[in-house]
Amino acid sequence: MITVQGLTKRYARTLAVDHISFEVTKGQIVGFLGPNGAGKTTTMRILTCFLPPSEGTANVAGFDVLEQPLEVKKRIGYLPETPPVYQEMEVKEYLTFVGKLKGMSGQSLANRVAEVAERTAIADVQNKLIGKLSKGYRQRVGLAQAIIHNPDVLILDEPTAGLDPKQIIETRDLIRSLAGDHTIILSTHILPEVEQTCEQVLIINKGKLVATDSVHNLQNRARGAESVMLEVEGRSGAIDSQTIQHRLETVNGVSRVLLKDSRGDRSVFEVESLKDRSIRGDLARAVVESGWNLNELRPAAMSLEEIFLQLTGSEKVEEPVPAEAVVQGESQ
Amino acid sequence: MRNIWVIWQKELNSYFVSPVAYLLLTMFAVIFGYFFWSSVGYFNFASLQSQMSGGNMPMSVNEYVIRPLLSNMGVIGLFFIPMMTMRLFAEEKRLGTIELLATSPIRDIEIILGKWLSAVTLYAVLLLFTGINFAFLFRYGNPDWKPLVIGYLGLLLQAGGLLAIGTFISTLTSNQIIAGAATFGVCLLLWVLEWPSGFETAGWAKVLAYMSVVTHIDSFSKGVLDTKDAVYYLSLIFLGLFLTSRSMESLRWRS
Repeated sequence: MITVQGLTKRYARTLAVDHISFEVTKGQIVGFLGPNGAGKTTTMRILTCFLPPSEGTANVAGFDVLEQPLEVKKRIGYLPETPPVYQEMEVKEYLTFVGKLKGMSGQSLANRVAEVAERTAIADVQNKLIGKLSKGYRQRVGLAQAIIHNPDVLILDEPTAGLDPKQIIETRDLIRSLAGDHTIILSTHILPEVEQTCEQVLIINKGKLVATDSVHNLQNRARGAESVMLEVEGRSGAIDSQTIQHRLETVNGVSRVLLKDSRGDRSVFEVESLKDRSIRGDLARAVVESGWNLNELRPAAMSLEEIFLQLTGSEKVEEPVPAEAVVQGESQ
Repeated sequence: MRNIWVIWQKELNSYFVSPVAYLLLTMFAVIFGYFFWSSVGYFNFASLQSQMSGGNMPMSVNEYVIRPLLSNMGVIGLFFIPMMTMRLFAEEKRLGTIELLATSPIRDIEIILGKWLSAVTLYAVLLLFTGINFAFLFRYGNPDWKPLVIGYLGLLLQAGGLLAIGTFISTLTSNQIIAGAATFGVCLLLWVLEWPSGFETAGWAKVLAYMSVVTHIDSFSKGVLDTKDAVYYLSLIFLGLFLTSRSMESLRWRS
């Protein structure tokens, strides 16, 4: 459905996209993963014929983006980072306008507007001004305009950015339900989003394609070694975190113990296992048997940054950010 | 064709949904009404005086009321044109809706023509409103209607050219104020280019005068349909729209 070969986009001074090649088959949901400024948006803009590539080719639904942009545009639905909505229009009016832009008309357009509004759960606001809607609704209006003409290919640039958790789940469900009829590329910098919605992942960093893999393989790659956060409390008075650390290091299957925090009689450690070893049970027993309290034991979520660093082979970050923090911090 | 119509409709809607169109219409009607009232008042006074002093040639309404009013209308239009074009593209760029237009199966030129035509339509509506004033002249006087119609046509062509320039300038920025101010500056410059020809007879002054949008309106307001002047305005329209389409194209290569 989508074939990209040696795609390159050069701006005056920077190389935004650097010889990317990939392929997406019909009906797939592909996650485009990368930090901000990695070249996700640029690649998507090239696929939607908004920007011409400097080098290389992109073929969407059998048409080249440079040779036959009108044919490509007919078959593509695009939700940019900020939903392209007109504040002074009502939702229904706006969707009708977009439908007309895409070449629809008459009763079939009216029916389709109602159908899409129902599907994206914006039917209750269809007579309201878009400018008066909340961010979540506006995002869904953006999604509705992208699917109005039932395109073969859907390109969604951070479709869940700025939504609240409930809306995020609804949006993901919606996107999943669209797969099959549509081939979907969605970009995000949130790892769980890819895990939950996509089948295939393209990881892009600094304009280069770092990895192309199925979600399953990626998870294995990132989670081959288990990482556990552990909070230990001394039962009577202050304890020496050094002692605990040494004790933990002796547990079977542990490769590394890092002291993250130590406050009074409490210490927090991050413990990493050897590849393919489960260590949580042994860790808990070791702590309790040594006469300490085990306050907390939880798997440390692999943050996107860590996976990136793993994949790009750079050094470990000093302070890994939990995945939740990434979600909140970057969606603002 | 259909796409032009879709864009035209959307733009016209947004003029009339926001207070922009009503504000412009009201201001235009009030200002022009005032011009009309003083012009007719002066005409009455002058013709009374000429009768008193024994002149027996009746003064021409066309000559003394309609013609100056038409050229005044052009001046008022000069102030209104930037307000009509400044948001056309600047707003779309600021809101990001330009991405919607540019990724829809519709040609750039259709977007441009739709937008420009909507501005021309709004201007035509402004002109139409001034027709109410002239209707009084026909009710109580006996002016010749042909120069008036041709004068209107001239004004529409003149505005068409300036609106095309304004449309072009609007593609250059995402800031409406900058687009508006720059358009006003360029329009004013095109207006006063003919001034040097008043004191200078050299070739360059003539060229400047030819480039001015004022020089070519005279024949129209006299009621003469001069091809040369019509061609000037049509070229100005073409130039503006051509620059707009180039600018839209470069937008894609740059942004």
